[in-house]
Parts: sequence; C-alpha cells; structure tokens
Amino acid sequence: MPLREETLKIKPIRNGVVIDHITHGKALEVLRILGIGEGYTDEVSLAMNIHSKRLGKKDIVKVENRDIKSDEINKIAIIAPNATINRIRNYKVVKKEKVALPNEIIGIVTCPNPQCISNKEREPVKSVFIVVQRDPLILRCKYCEREVKGSFG
Amino acid sequence: MRWNKKHIISIRDFSREEIDFVLKKSRDMEKKLKLGKTSSLMKDKILANLFFEPSTRTRMSFEAAMKKLGGVTIGFDYPGISSEVKGETIVDTVKIAAGYADVIVIRHPIEGSARLASENVDVPVINGGDGSNQHPTQTLLDLYTIKKEFKRIDGLNICVIGDLKYGRTVHSLTNALENYNVNLCFISPWELRMPRRMVKGLEAKGIKVRETTKLNIKNFDVIYVTRIQKERFPDPQEYERVKDAYILNMDAIEGIKNEAIIMHPLPRVTEISTDIDNTKYAHYFEQARNGIPVRMTLLCLVCGVKF
Repeated sequence: MPLREETLKIKPIRNGVVIDHITHGKALEVLRILGIGEGYTDEVSLAMNIHSKRLGKKDIVKVENRDIKSDEINKIAIIAPNATINRIRNYKVVKKEKVALPNEIIGIVTCPNPQCISNKEREPVKSVFIVVQRDPLILRCKYCEREVKGSFG
Repeated sequence: MRWNKKHIISIRDFSREEIDFVLKKSRDMEKKLKLGKTSSLMKDKILANLFFEPSTRTRMSFEAAMKKLGGVTIGFDYPGISSEVKGETIVDTVKIAAGYADVIVIRHPIEGSARLASENVDVPVINGGDGSNQHPTQTLLDLYTIKKEFKRIDGLNICVIGDLKYGRTVHSLTNALENYNVNLCFISPWELRMPRRMVKGLEAKGIKVRETTKLNIKNFDVIYVTRIQKERFPDPQEYERVKDAYILNMDAIEGIKNEAIIMHPLPRVTEISTDIDNTKYAHYFEQARNGIPVRMTLLCLVCGVKF
C-alpha cells in the first residue's frame, strides 16, 4: 500500500503526542505553548502548510516522550480551534481528542489594554475572556470589556 | 429578576426588561420624591462613595440621592485621602468599605475595577465610571430622560454627535439602545466615528444605522451631543479643522423638529452654545437632575428596599 504523502513528510513517533489540524502557520506558537525550544532534548517534528482536505492547509507537531496538560490544550484551542490531540503509545493512538474552546478563558490570554485591572500586578485578579465569536475568534475581556481578535498565545 | 444585592457594573449586564423596570421604578420614585415620601426609605443605611478620581455630578448626585432617601454617605472623593496613596489595592479598600457600608459606589480610572470590586465583597457595588469603559447609571438616566419626554423609546429617531470612537457615554448608550427598535444616526468626524463592531452589532439586531460627517439634525427626536476631545487627535491641525463643524448654535438648530430634545452628558465646553440653554429643546440640565430619581431607585433596588 502506498504511503500517504503526509506520513512521508513526518515519521511516526513511538510514544508522545501528535497535534494535528493546527491552523496553518501556528505550529511555532504551539511549540511555544508547550515550552519546547532550545534545550529540549527529545525528538520533535514539525510540518507546516501541509495539504488538508478539511482545512485547505494545516500544520502538524509531533513530540516524543511528552504528554499534554489540559491548560496547554486550552491555550492551543485559542490559536488553533480545529486542532486534534493524539496521544501515542507504542506507535498507536491511544487517545484522540479535539481541542475545545471553553466559553470563558481564564488566566491564559493577557488583556492588551494596559489600563485594564487584570494587568495590575498587585490586585488579586486573573484575566478572564468571554468568547464572543468562535470563527474568526473574538474575545471580550470580562473586566475592561475590550474586544480582541487575531493571534493569541 | 433579583435586585437585592445585584451589582450595577455594566449596561451590557441588563436585559431590556431590567432596563424598562428601572425606568418604571424611577418614575414611581420621582412621584414619591415630589410628594416628600422618600425620606425614610434608606434610614440607617450607609452608602460608601469611593471616588478614586475627581467627579462632580456623579458623586454629588449619589450623595443627594442617598440624603433624599434618609441615608448617610461616607467615603472620599479624591485619591489623595484614600489608602491608595499608601499602596493599598483597590480590592482591599473595597473590602474595608464593605465592612462599614450597605452599598458601595466606586469610580476608578482603571477599567474593570468596579467588576473586580463586585467580585470581592458581599454588599452591592455600583459602578460610577471605570476609565473609558462603563458608566451604567449615566446610561439609565439618559434613557429615563428620553422615556420621560416621549413616553417611549421604540420608534424614535436618535442622532448622536461628537466623539463616537472613544466616548464612554455613547458606547454605553448604544449598547442599551440595541434593545430598542430605534433609528440611529451617528454624526462625527471620520477619525472619531463609531467602532465598526458596534455598528455591526446594531445592524445584526435589525436597527437602522446611518453614519455621516455632516451636522444635519432636522429630522431627529433626540439629539445627543458629546464633546470632541482635543487630546484624541494626533494632529492638532486636524482638530482645528473639525472642531467647529459640530457646534450646536441657534443657526444649527433652525428647522429641527418641534418636539426634539437636545441632550448632553456634561460637562460641555463649546459644543452647545449657551444661547440654546433657554430654548425648549435644551434638556441637558434636566437630564442631570434625572440622575437623582434614577440613582435613588437603584440604591433602593440593590439594597432590597421596597417602594
């Protein structure tokens, strides 16, 4: 059976996590969310602008020997709302899930408004954003009510 | 609708039914006030007025409202005498005030401060203005002024003039008017036009919106004027070019509808010439006065006082 073009581009991983259907161009931001950069020793593969039937183009990230935490999934949902998370054990997908954007995003996005109370360091407050629109994503700060759209991370 | 201990933070939190209820109760309150029947409604209750930035109308209006209800006001009206200068957080100041008072009014230049305050205390918090974000009691008294004059809000032709890009008052008013079937016209310099998302939001609710740079106010029932702020223009010459285009004087109001009302959140500078003050169209001072019954109503509602 001929190998699919996609599998040829990135080799399978033994144990770890595959993040598929990332909005094209956002793979590097996904790595940043996962804290992967200089000094990371396990194998990481990344492909950008891969053809996708569903999305037109997509990015893929594969990370060996790494699990993914729920707050990381929430962060990825903000920049790549269609991403899927595949947990791999012994080359097999043991758990597959779609990222899901919650109605309220707490403590992840920083409000771009410097006059917003959520940016005041000494006040006991976490940023809270309400999802106003999902695609394209528009969030509204619960505190200053400023709407933000575009790239988050 | 549960009003007891409700926080009044943003007009966005209000449904049409809730706005209409406040307007109806404000009318009842104004009647009671005229009959002198309000002076014991809030007897033994304390309002903490926490004004972290200067304000004259809002602070005096809340204070007067509380006095007319037989209550007492404590607090401060400029940050120099609050513990903020010693480095106290807003949340700490508000928690302290909540231990002394039955209701808190807060004005602070930091946006979202009133929302955060409300999340940290168990007494009702009323937003008296948080930076350029919200000033819900101003909007409610604006709507009350309109309703009082026309007995309705639906079906009115309303134009809003001035700084529509940055103006807190016009944004809150526009948010509230989304709930009504009105025709809106926004008149402003191109640089200061209403944010796109707000126009789209109105249109999505089926509200007719027109935008223009020309000061043509002949066909409107409500003419709502705001100040064009010099500091909003990066180029002072640009400000000089547009500032006089939006001045309401006797010439500009010639031919306006007989029943039209001119409103302004105040303070005004030059945008309404003083000779208009004595015409039947001028409603801005009455508008400010309407703050009393509206704020009395809100104070009673959130403190669970029946009237």
